[in-house]
Amino acid sequence: MNEGRPLAFYGLAAFFALFVLFLYGPMIVIFILSFQGPTGGLTFPMNGVSLHWFYRLWEGGGIVDIAGAFKRSLALGLVVMVLTVLLSLMAGLAFRKKFGGSDALFYVAVASLIVPSIVTSLGIAIEFHVLDDLIKNYGPSWIADNYTTSMGQFTSGLGAHLTWTLPFGLLVMFAIFNRFDARYEEAARDQGATPWQTLRYVVLPIVAPSVVGVGLFGFTLSWDEIARSSQTMGEHNTLPMELQALTTTVTNPDIYALGTSTTAVSFAVIAMALGAIAILRARQARHGSDAGQA
Amino acid sequence: MPKTRASLESQGVPGWIQAMPFGLVFAAFFVLPLAFVIMVSFWDYNDYEMIPAVTTRSYTESFEGCLAQLPDLCTMLATYLSTAKFCLIVWALTLAIGFTVAYFLAFYVRSTTTQMVLFLVCTIPFWTSNVIRMISWIPLLGRNGLVNQVLVSTHLVNAPVEWLLYSQFSVALAFVHLFTFFMVAPIFNSMMRIDRRLIEAAYDSGASAWQMLTNVIIPLSKPGIAIGSIFVVTIVMGDYITFSVMGGGQIASAGKIIATRLNALQFPPAAASAVILLCATMVIISVLNRIVDIRKEL
Repeated sequence: MNEGRPLAFYGLAAFFALFVLFLYGPMIVIFILSFQGPTGGLTFPMNGVSLHWFYRLWEGGGIVDIAGAFKRSLALGLVVMVLTVLLSLMAGLAFRKKFGGSDALFYVAVASLIVPSIVTSLGIAIEFHVLDDLIKNYGPSWIADNYTTSMGQFTSGLGAHLTWTLPFGLLVMFAIFNRFDARYEEAARDQGATPWQTLRYVVLPIVAPSVVGVGLFGFTLSWDEIARSSQTMGEHNTLPMELQALTTTVTNPDIYALGTSTTAVSFAVIAMALGAIAILRARQARHGSDAGQA
Repeated sequence: MPKTRASLESQGVPGWIQAMPFGLVFAAFFVLPLAFVIMVSFWDYNDYEMIPAVTTRSYTESFEGCLAQLPDLCTMLATYLSTAKFCLIVWALTLAIGFTVAYFLAFYVRSTTTQMVLFLVCTIPFWTSNVIRMISWIPLLGRNGLVNQVLVSTHLVNAPVEWLLYSQFSVALAFVHLFTFFMVAPIFNSMMRIDRRLIEAAYDSGASAWQMLTNVIIPLSKPGIAIGSIFVVTIVMGDYITFSVMGGGQIASAGKIIATRLNALQFPPAAASAVILLCATMVIISVLNRIVDIRKEL
């Protein structure tokens, strides 16, 4: 609408640049400081450059079982990612049809985003406590005798994470199917494809790149989750929980090294997701004319 | 295999079966737990366990002294007032910043590719850990941090400024840093849906950039503003991690009450404060929902 760049453009562009600096600046500072020399402290100046704090961190020097927490968080994140993709995709397909209770389900999913995480976490903890009590007191003796708790990373913890990742997954699926051209499906059906063939050879290949985005949400939201994990993980902590515990006793840069390590994982996952999306898009471009063939 | 018209319209598996696993997760890990929270908030308790006997003890103890101490505020009211203050400050700042950023992206960036790349740049920090983004302020704002080093070396202050970190300032700063994205995304989404012909019509009718902003863009961005506001306000209301990490244990908040009571392993009082928090959150949402029908906009 404007021929030259209006003056407002430069003002707004400067504002945007400052905003990006505000977003990234502090993080870049701790990445730099995590390579602090062995005698360096929590702030500038740098006393040499080294990998000292990374070594210390991964040898478990002084702090809790970081390697264990890292593996636990990774395992949980991957399971959450797979389930988020599967369940959101199925629910996304379901919401394109009419089904009883779809409005209620939508509201529940959105409510799960808005209800404070600590409340959900508390509720799941109470639920599992009550369940444990019931089993201990009324369960058959072959279960009850050696029973401790049903609470754990892949029961209560997994459920807690899914209540956080699935609503995002569903909203992304809505965005995907809003843009989806239903004529492709009709064409497939007109040529005699079964519902399964239509899904497998038409719908899925078209939405695949965006579904990778759902997986990205699933993994990264789980990888960094604390508030919902706080009461639901059972006896072992996840990595972000260990990190939060460390913040109360911050004395040396190994916490920065931990921060840099976990962010590196997040960035690696984002890069893999963007790479996968690019590959799938390229594949679509090559095979586009074949879509719909059984 | 030839298909009849009737089976063409049938779309394979019924919707409710496809949505079932998704629904079961929320039934087991969200709806049922919330019911437990409400139920247990009316249970009795002693030092080491909860007792399934109906009582309002947790609520009366939560509001203890609230009437008697007037006009002084009891702990619960003072905490909620302080949390509300943070909500208001953080809301105003994230709205101002988020709107400006979204406005720039939606109306001043010309190519769609650049638009998407810049939006992605704003998005990436959202996919990294909040705690790391919080502690990343330590080397900047700490007693010996960069800001103080600059202030002292330029003789603007004589001694390092203490209120930069572990203070109300750092809590508010961290909230703005972490959650402005929740404003940018929905407002940007609303702005991208505005029919560009409306902008052209306003321009052709001689509207200045400012008139266009106040008379066309802001009213049409209202859904995004409302959704962003709900996210930001409910996050601040229910947060306890940012308050603990950035407040240095000194600042109370509505969410922290629950966490503190949970640390004492007292489920009923924790549940009661959770119900109080839920009610407060619902009041805020219903007010914002009056401004705009949110369902319509998702």
